[in-house]
Amino acid sequence: MSALEYNGGAIVAMAGKNCVAIAADKRLGVQLMTVSMDFQKIFQATDKSFIGLPGLATDVQTLSELFRFKTNMYKLREEREIEPRTLAHMVSSTLYERRFSYYFAEPVIAGLDKNNQPFICSMDLIGCINFAKDFVVSGTSSRSLYGMCESLWEPDLEPEDLFETISQSLLNAVDRDCLAGWGAVVHVITPERVITRHLKTRMD
Amino acid sequence: MDSFVNRFKKTASVWVDDGFANGFVGIDGAKGLNYPVFELPACDNAPHTDENSTTECRIKLQHGTTTLAFKFQNGIVVAVDSRASAGSYIASQTVKKVIEINPHLLGTMAGGAADCAFWERELGRRCRLYELRNKERISVAAASKLLVNMVYSYKGMGLSMGTMITGWDKTGPNLFYVDSDGTRLKGDLFSVGSGSTFAYGVLDSGFDFDMSTQDAIELGRRSIYHATHRDAASGGSINVYHVKEDGWEFINNYDVGDLHWEYQDQPKPRLTETAQPMLNIQA
Repeated sequence: MSALEYNGGAIVAMAGKNCVAIAADKRLGVQLMTVSMDFQKIFQATDKSFIGLPGLATDVQTLSELFRFKTNMYKLREEREIEPRTLAHMVSSTLYERRFSYYFAEPVIAGLDKNNQPFICSMDLIGCINFAKDFVVSGTSSRSLYGMCESLWEPDLEPEDLFETISQSLLNAVDRDCLAGWGAVVHVITPERVITRHLKTRMD
Repeated sequence: MDSFVNRFKKTASVWVDDGFANGFVGIDGAKGLNYPVFELPACDNAPHTDENSTTECRIKLQHGTTTLAFKFQNGIVVAVDSRASAGSYIASQTVKKVIEINPHLLGTMAGGAADCAFWERELGRRCRLYELRNKERISVAAASKLLVNMVYSYKGMGLSMGTMITGWDKTGPNLFYVDSDGTRLKGDLFSVGSGSTFAYGVLDSGFDFDMSTQDAIELGRRSIYHATHRDAASGGSINVYHVKEDGWEFINNYDVGDLHWEYQDQPKPRLTETAQPMLNIQA
């Protein structure tokens, strides 16, 4: 079994009208055995940007700490918060530094830039960035997530509708994946605030 | 002497050519040797059915499962989950893993879905023939032995099944575990599948031979529920059956998605008030 599928997990991000949403499941497993149903996979980088890290749990935690360190250093040096696009390139080069002994995580980044325009992107495990205008998916449920997003997503969704769309996409995708689910969390980022909701899901 | 040996020596062109040997092998007309006309299933199916095979395994449906059956004072309770998975993909959440062989015999399904479904149907046919020939119902012991003999003759060819055969015959309630390795065990309590360890944990701690039918059904259901919760490859819904003297009865189907929140709202049993205090416990 691949290291990317050892712990399981799914992450999706979507762009709306002056808002973005990022959602993840909460499962941490050891192959088929579910160990935790409260595992954090999405990490806040700035007031208006988040990094989602599905993949090998040990690398998820290592990377989340590394990115916390790097974004804090950026803030101290620049005296401003990092833009999501810059953050994406920082994450990408961090991953490429380990080109030949990589971290087993495929990050998703979502945020609003300084003009409150949505930014979302995903990456492979060595840092190749995939910029998207609509939605990005990652993790063990990525195939089902693509199917759900392709059919549910539409342009210019308002925050509440975006929340509904991303939640339904994630929930129905992980219901077709053995290795993801057991609870979910959704963050909707708007210019004013971040709305965080925990979803009640099937627990099997 | 050399000419005598050479008459029986195989020519390199026929024996070493992989493309020819691996394909549909015909008869070597020149030598008239006894090649098998067809590929041996034991050799060529393996990459698709063998779990440890490196090539992609396509016939792998339903490897994750939890099934259980146990004897108690009023018969046998059989409970199963309903998920079919192919790798980590959930192919179905509504599989019937209890196979109704006839009104007195039940089989359970773990391993390859097609293997279990086919061979237990074949078992049903043979049991019916036995009934017609002997004017009496087949015993559970004989039925399970028919099955194990059938699968044993295909040993090593990639059959994958772990099943329990239950029923009520002249001798009373009976429970057998049969698998594709050729194992056949008589017993009072079994759990089979990837979630079986989780189910055993609940089952063993709550089991009492003298329990009521209602309690036995609840124990079976609860054991499967806990297995579906922790085992990623088990889930969907729970089917419960009760095997009685006059044949089996289907009890109900419970969706695990709803069941989890029902159980969550129930108060947890107080273990120390009912059980005897454990004395002399040493680290």
